[in-house]
Amino acid sequence: MLPPIITKNYGKWKYHERVKPGVLKHVAESGDELYTVRVGSERLLSTDKVREICEVADKYCDGYVRFTSRHNIEFLVSDKSKVEPLIADVKKRGWPVGGTGHSITNIVHTQGWVHCHTPATDASGIVKAVMDELYDYFGRMDLPAYCRISLACCLNMCGAVHCSDIAILGIHRMVPKINHEIVRTKCEIPNVIAACPTGAIRPDPANKSVIVNQDRCMYCGNCYTMCPGMPVADPKGDGVSIWVGGKVSNTRSGPAFSRLVIPYLPNNPPRWPETVAAVKNIVEVWAKNARKHERMGEWIERIGWERFFEIANIPFTEQVIDDFTMAPETYRTTAAFKW
Amino acid sequence: MADEMKTPLLDELEKGPWPSFVTDIKQAAKKKASARDLLGQLEQSYRDKIGHWKHGGIVGVKGYGGGVIGRYSDIPDKFPGVEHFHTLRVNMPAGWFYTTKALRQLCDVWDKHGSGLTNFHGATGDIILLGTSTDHLQPCFDDLAEIGFDLGGSGSAMRTPSACVGPARCEWACFDSLDVLQTVTRTFQSQLHRPMFPYKFKIKISACPNDCVAAIARSDLAVIGTWKGDIEIDQKEVQQYAKTMNIQAEVVDLCPTKCMSWDGKTLKIDNRECNRCMHCINLMPKALRQGKERGAAILVGGKAPIVHGALLGWVVVPFMKLEPPYTELIEFINKTFEWWDENGKMRERLGELINRLGMGKYLRAMGLKPLPQMIKRPRANPYYFWREGVQ
Repeated sequence: MLPPIITKNYGKWKYHERVKPGVLKHVAESGDELYTVRVGSERLLSTDKVREICEVADKYCDGYVRFTSRHNIEFLVSDKSKVEPLIADVKKRGWPVGGTGHSITNIVHTQGWVHCHTPATDASGIVKAVMDELYDYFGRMDLPAYCRISLACCLNMCGAVHCSDIAILGIHRMVPKINHEIVRTKCEIPNVIAACPTGAIRPDPANKSVIVNQDRCMYCGNCYTMCPGMPVADPKGDGVSIWVGGKVSNTRSGPAFSRLVIPYLPNNPPRWPETVAAVKNIVEVWAKNARKHERMGEWIERIGWERFFEIANIPFTEQVIDDFTMAPETYRTTAAFKW
Repeated sequence: MADEMKTPLLDELEKGPWPSFVTDIKQAAKKKASARDLLGQLEQSYRDKIGHWKHGGIVGVKGYGGGVIGRYSDIPDKFPGVEHFHTLRVNMPAGWFYTTKALRQLCDVWDKHGSGLTNFHGATGDIILLGTSTDHLQPCFDDLAEIGFDLGGSGSAMRTPSACVGPARCEWACFDSLDVLQTVTRTFQSQLHRPMFPYKFKIKISACPNDCVAAIARSDLAVIGTWKGDIEIDQKEVQQYAKTMNIQAEVVDLCPTKCMSWDGKTLKIDNRECNRCMHCINLMPKALRQGKERGAAILVGGKAPIVHGALLGWVVVPFMKLEPPYTELIEFINKTFEWWDENGKMRERLGELINRLGMGKYLRAMGLKPLPQMIKRPRANPYYFWREGVQ
């Protein structure tokens, strides 16, 4: 399903330029030019919307279109004169053009309350609220570097957000409420016990069920995945955590995990103002202070995490200090640090 | 009816400039009772601050063990349209390239059988067809097959592999990521459609170290393009870039190995010391090209936190040539499947298994020789084995 210009120049691209926000120009060894117009999408699309995308692709792109790994739509045109009319057309439809280069591109996310059975928060709603607030950054390229924001609505992380510049992660905060009847009749108890990463679950022979050691439970929800009798979701307990400084590309400092900076923000639908404000603050502090080409994590590693918490004005909490299996490698092992 | 459809909370998410998923659901709700009830149930979730889907559910299509995610409402009396609302994962075309003909055919099938709601795309890369009833699964699958689409992976199976755009539209592709994707997907159809493993297994393919599909972070087996040999420099183009870019500050000073120098006229690279991070090439695609001998590094063990914490992929093959028919890669994947299947406990990902048994065991089982490229630094503890026969 490749456009003819791609079939012709497959593997023979020479270089590319970012013409302006949302527009890439790829030039082949043959001299052929291919323009890509990148458009943000809500990911959750009705068939009507998909047909509308087709309409645009038919009109400007000879019936070809692609999507990116971050839920953006890409319209590919080989005729330069079609670029501006295409942009005008999609803008008229209210579709954002951007997401290239040093912008904030679309937020990779999961299903949330729309379609998942283990979520700690919604996904699409927070993404919409955050992207509304960061909308201008989608159509600009003047940030210090790339800034990848991702959201996963529980620790299962089907969105694998753990290596993002900013990760929004749904978390539970209450131990599973055991329904012994369901555990007894529907669950394989040894598997439930083995599912716990902290060894908090032990057998309860009297009930032919299990007991959870409350002090050890970290609310990961893996037992619930194994057994419907262990629900962990709770309207008061559930919420959002914020992680920063991860990346996947090998450039400069290499791939890195995102690190916890805000352990809990409340689920506050429909627009999650606390989460939106936290993300915006982190983006802006980074944009103001980082050097050119410094990703979030590179900037923070340069100035030190103690400085980051100070200038981002984020309270330092006990949850930020790791006490899980790989914890020691996060403790400071030098007497050199800043105040 | 009118009362049920009031969604004051979700309506708030139709405000603002970013495209709204609520508008999409409302569009679908005009035609489909299931989409209407999804909207209602989601509004209820927004009020209750909790999801309203029951735990799991096993449904599927003939001959396949996966590809369909069973989903049932926990308040079906209120929202009968989503009493069952199963998802089909549909294997996407390589590189997410479509013709509008194919997209419209997909829409036709989904309008006929489902809610009319989709994801382009799911986190693993599949086309997600969101919500249909049990009786529509088989007919929908049959109609999808008719238009040339197949299901993707779910459960304890090889999940739908994914790849970056690669040579289709990128000058940095060190191998044909789309062809490798196609080959891996076709070769391992059985592992994709019939969950038989300890847990999920993800394969992701990025054709250069920029890793646009995040292979290192979220795949049990990551194929990441790299090269050997010298970076080709077009000095004239470097000088062109120098007109708009501070080459010293932006390129040379940020090189992680400090293997570059710039005297205002000529850019020099000590290629032996380059670790191929892509920073300079990213900044000056017109002036710099990767070395001619191209291939990929193979990394294993990457995963998200569940169960024992997140892991990044570990380099086990620093360089593999990737040319059709990709025999070495296919054998490598086969052997890894076998070792993991043989030794892995239930819900133990490859990285966790390697962590439990030791990297040495995996390397020996795979017949891989120890290389310094595999490690960041040597061990700092004296607790190592001497195996029989080793001097």
